Amino acid sequence: MAESTVHQSRSRDLDKLLLRPGNLVAPTFEPGAQLRDDLQEYARILVIGAGGLGCELLKDLALSGFKNLEVIDMDRIEVTNLNRQFLFRLEDVGKPKAEVAARRVMERVSGVNIVPHFCRIEDKDIDFYRDFIIIVLGLDSVEARSYINAVACGFLEYDSDDKPIEETVKPMVDGGTEGFKGHARVIIPGSTPCFECTIWLFPPQVKFPLCTLAETPRTAAHCIEYAHLIKWDEVHSGKTFDPDDPEHMKWVYTEAVKRAELFGIQGVTYSLTQGVVKNIIPAIASTNAIVSAACTLETLKLVSGCSKTLSNYLTYNGVEGLHIKVTEFVKDKDCLVCGPGVLLELDTSVTLQKFIDMLEEHPKLLLSKASVRHQATNLYMQAPQVLEEMTRSNLNLPLFELMGKVPRDIIHVTGTTSRDGKKASCLRKLCLVFKGADAVTDQDMAVGA
Amino acid sequence: MAEPKAKYDRQLRIWGEHGQAALEKATICLLNCGPTGSETLKNLVLGGVGSITVIDGSKVEPGDLGNNFMVDESCVGQSKAKCVCTFLQELNDAVKAKFIEEYPEALIGSNPSFFSQFTIIVATQLAEDSMIKLDKICREANVLLIFARSYGLTGFVRISVKEHAVIESKPDHFLDDLRLNNPWPELKRFAETIDLNMTDPVAHKHTPYVVILVKIVEEWTKAHSGALPSTRDEKKEFKDLLKAGMVAMDEDNYKEAIEASFKVFASRGINSDLLRIMHDSCSEVESNSSDFWVMVAALKEFIANEGGEEAPLEGSIPDMTSSTELYVSLQKIYQAKAEADFLAIQQRVKSILKRIGRDPDSISKEMIKSFCKNARKLKICRYRPIEDEFNNPSVAELQKNLTDEEYSVAMGFYILLRAVDRFAANYNSFPGQFEGEMDEDISRLKTAVVGLLSDLGCNGTTVTEDLINEMCRFGASELHAVAAFIGGIASQEVIKLITKQFVPMVGTFIFNSIDQRSQLLVL
Repeated sequence: MAESTVHQSRSRDLDKLLLRPGNLVAPTFEPGAQLRDDLQEYARILVIGAGGLGCELLKDLALSGFKNLEVIDMDRIEVTNLNRQFLFRLEDVGKPKAEVAARRVMERVSGVNIVPHFCRIEDKDIDFYRDFIIIVLGLDSVEARSYINAVACGFLEYDSDDKPIEETVKPMVDGGTEGFKGHARVIIPGSTPCFECTIWLFPPQVKFPLCTLAETPRTAAHCIEYAHLIKWDEVHSGKTFDPDDPEHMKWVYTEAVKRAELFGIQGVTYSLTQGVVKNIIPAIASTNAIVSAACTLETLKLVSGCSKTLSNYLTYNGVEGLHIKVTEFVKDKDCLVCGPGVLLELDTSVTLQKFIDMLEEHPKLLLSKASVRHQATNLYMQAPQVLEEMTRSNLNLPLFELMGKVPRDIIHVTGTTSRDGKKASCLRKLCLVFKGADAVTDQDMAVGA
Repeated sequence: MAEPKAKYDRQLRIWGEHGQAALEKATICLLNCGPTGSETLKNLVLGGVGSITVIDGSKVEPGDLGNNFMVDESCVGQSKAKCVCTFLQELNDAVKAKFIEEYPEALIGSNPSFFSQFTIIVATQLAEDSMIKLDKICREANVLLIFARSYGLTGFVRISVKEHAVIESKPDHFLDDLRLNNPWPELKRFAETIDLNMTDPVAHKHTPYVVILVKIVEEWTKAHSGALPSTRDEKKEFKDLLKAGMVAMDEDNYKEAIEASFKVFASRGINSDLLRIMHDSCSEVESNSSDFWVMVAALKEFIANEGGEEAPLEGSIPDMTSSTELYVSLQKIYQAKAEADFLAIQQRVKSILKRIGRDPDSISKEMIKSFCKNARKLKICRYRPIEDEFNNPSVAELQKNLTDEEYSVAMGFYILLRAVDRFAANYNSFPGQFEGEMDEDISRLKTAVVGLLSDLGCNGTTVTEDLINEMCRFGASELHAVAAFIGGIASQEVIKLITKQFVPMVGTFIFNSIDQRSQLLVL
C-alpha cells in the first residue's frame, strides 16, 4: 500500500477510468496518460446556463478532468436561487451568475480555467459556439434550448449521400428538472434526434381563456390572472407590468384578493400570485444534482470514450419511489433543424432582398427579419447597425452571384419566428439549388472529363 | 417578505411550510465525508436541515482534491471531517454544523448508543460488516438509516427502516374523488335542483360536468337495475347519451363530461392498495401503536359504518367549465361532506385512543384532517434488515434478474459490490486498487463472485467476465460525477423520509452509469 501516498495525484480516481483498458467502452477509447492530458488541455466545453443545473455542471466537469470551461448566462443572482445554486451566497445577490459561478469553482479547483460570459445566448456570434467540443445545456426554457440546438445543428454538413460529415458534428448534452423530476439527454446531430425532432416532449403551457378570467372565474389562479392580464392594463394605461417589481406584484395580489372575495373564491395568497404570474417552476438541489451528474458523465464518456454512452434520453422521477428510464427516441428524418436542410429552388436572378422576403412567406419557415450567412461571410445582417450598413448594398445583388455562382449550397439564416404565439429567435439551415445553374456545371464537367 | 422564507421559496412550493419545519428539526449524521457523503449533505444543507454532524477519521490527501469539491489545497493533511464541515457551513448559516474526527467503523463498534440522538444516519462507503452492525443499532434505536456508496461507474443507495408510513404521498396522477357514480344525498339533491333541459343556452353551457354526470349516471342506473356501464358497448352508449344532451357544438362542459366519463366507469368503494393497508396486522391497534395505525383503525371503522364502504371524501374538485356560482356551490357541497367525514373519523380516533389507554387528544386535528384528505393515497414502505437480505436474499429474484436483459448488469453490479467487500476482507485492498496486480485481482474477484453466489444458493448463474473486468478497472475509485449522482439520489430520499411526503424508494437502487440502465432491486 506504500505507493498510494507517495505519487498520489489529484487525478487518483479518474486515472482508473482513463488510463486502464476495458471491455465495456466506446470503440474509440484509447486509454493512457495522453488521453487524460488531452482532456485537460484540448477539450473545451461550453456550459449554457449558470443556474441550478449550471452550478452543478461546472463543479462536476471541473472535477471530471476538464480544465477549459466557459459558461454563458444572462441572469443576475436572486435570493430564491440560494436553496440550490450552491456557488452563490447571500452577499452575491444582484451579481451576474456566470461570473460568480466561474470564480467560485476556480477558487476551489486549482488548475481549472472558466471563462464567464454575462450575456444572452443570441448575443454571441454563431462561430463562438463552433469552438467547443461539446455544448452542455442547463436551461429552463424551451426557446433557449431550441436556439442552441439550431446553432449546433447548423454546423452539421451532409455528404452527397446525405450522411453526416463527422467533423461537422457538434454534440450536445441537455438536462432539465422540475421538482422531483428531470431528464438528461445526448444529442448527436445527424445521428440521434435533435431537440426539435422531439419538441412534442415539451408541450406548450396551458393558458386560461380570457372569457373565463373576465366572466366566470372559479379558481384563485383565475382571479390572479384577471388582475395580471386584464385589470392591470385597464388601470395603468401604457405602463408595462414588471414581474420583478414587488410593488407591481403586490398590486396584482391585492386586486386578485378583491376579485376572489367578490366571487366567493378561496385560496389567493401572495406566494400563489408570484407562482402564477411568473410561472414559477419548483426546484430543489437534489434533483439538479442528479441530472447534472448524469449530464457530466455523458460528457466525459462522449469525449473520452471511457464507457458506453446514453442512447439517448434518460428520465428521472422521484415522486413515487424511484423511476429511472432510458428511452431511445428516433430522429425525424424530415426535421427542419438537423436534417440535410430545407430545400429551396431559386432562379439565379433572385436578389438577396427578394430571398429574405420569400423566407417570411415560406409556409415551413415563416421567418421574419432574416440575417443571411454563407459559409464564413455575412451576406446581410439586421444588426448591429455597423454591420447592417456594411452589408446593405448586397440586398440588391443576385444571391447566386453573392454565393460564388455555385449551383447548390448550404446557407444559414437567423431571424424571428413565432412559437405558441410568442416571438422566438431561430436559426435555419437551407439548401439552395439554383435553377438552370446545374446544366452549366454538368457541361463544364463533361468537358473536363 | 422575510429573507429566510424567500431563500426557500422554490422548495416550499413542493413540500410546504410543514415539510420545511420537519427538515429544520432534523438532525443528520454523516458517516464518511468523501465525495458521496459530501454531495449528499450539500443538498440537504442547502435545503435547510436543522443540524449536521460529519464523522470521518481520515486526513485530506492530494487525491481527494480531484474528486471532492468540499476540500481544497489548503486542506491537505488536515482532518477531512473538519474541512468538509467548514465548507458545508458556508452554504447555509441556518444549519448547525459539527464534526467528529473518528472512523465510523470504530464508533459503530465502540459506542452504538451514540447514534440514537439523530433523526437519520447517512452512511456512506461502508463495508458489509459495518452496514450490518449499524443497521441493527438504528433499528433498535428507531433512527432512520440510509446507505450510499459510489464505486467506479456503479454504486448503490439503500434505505433501511422498519416501517415508513406516508400520509401525503402526493402522486402525480390519481383519480379525483368526485363520487360521480356513488353520490351522497346532498350531492344528489343539488344535482336534482338543476334541469339539464333548461332553455337558456348560456346556463346550459355553464353547467359543471359533475352535475351532468351525476344526473346521467342516475338515469343510466335506473334503467340498468343499479349497474354502471361496464362493457365497451355500454360505455359507448353512455357517452352517446352525453353527446345527445348537447345543444350546441361549442359546449366545453359536455366535452369535459365525455372526457371524464371514465371516472364514472371506475369501481365504487376503496382501492386495492388501501384495502391491503386495512388488512395489515398493524391495524389491530394496541397501546404502543403509532398514530398512523390508530388512524387506519379509525378509517376501517368509518368505512364499515357511516362511510358506507367509501373512504372519507377528499373534498376538493378540479377546475371545470362552469358558472362561478354553480362551481362555488359545488365546492361547498364537497367541502361540507369532507368536513363531516373528518368529524366522524376524529370521533373514532378519540375513542380508539381512549380504548388503548392513550390521551384521546394526543393526535392533532391537523394530522387527522390531512389523513382524511389523503386516505385513498396512504402508503407503507417496509425494508428488510440488511443482514436478512445479505444472508437470505430472494434467490428467485436474483436468478431472474441475472438472466434478464434489462436487469442483468444492475444485478451483476449488486453481486460485485458485495464481492469486492469479501475480496477486501481477504486481501486488505480492493480489486484493482493498485497497479500491477490486475490479472491476479480479476481471477481472485471471479472466485469471490462464485463463492458468494454459491453461498446465496445461486449455483449455475454467474456474472459476465466483462463486468468482473470492469469492476477491477474501477479499482474502488470514487468518481466525483458518480458520487454527485448517488449523493443526489440519497439526499432526495432523505428529504422524503424526513418530510414524510412523497414515497421513498423500496429496494436497493443500483446505479449503472455504463449505459444509464439503473435499477431498483427488491431482494
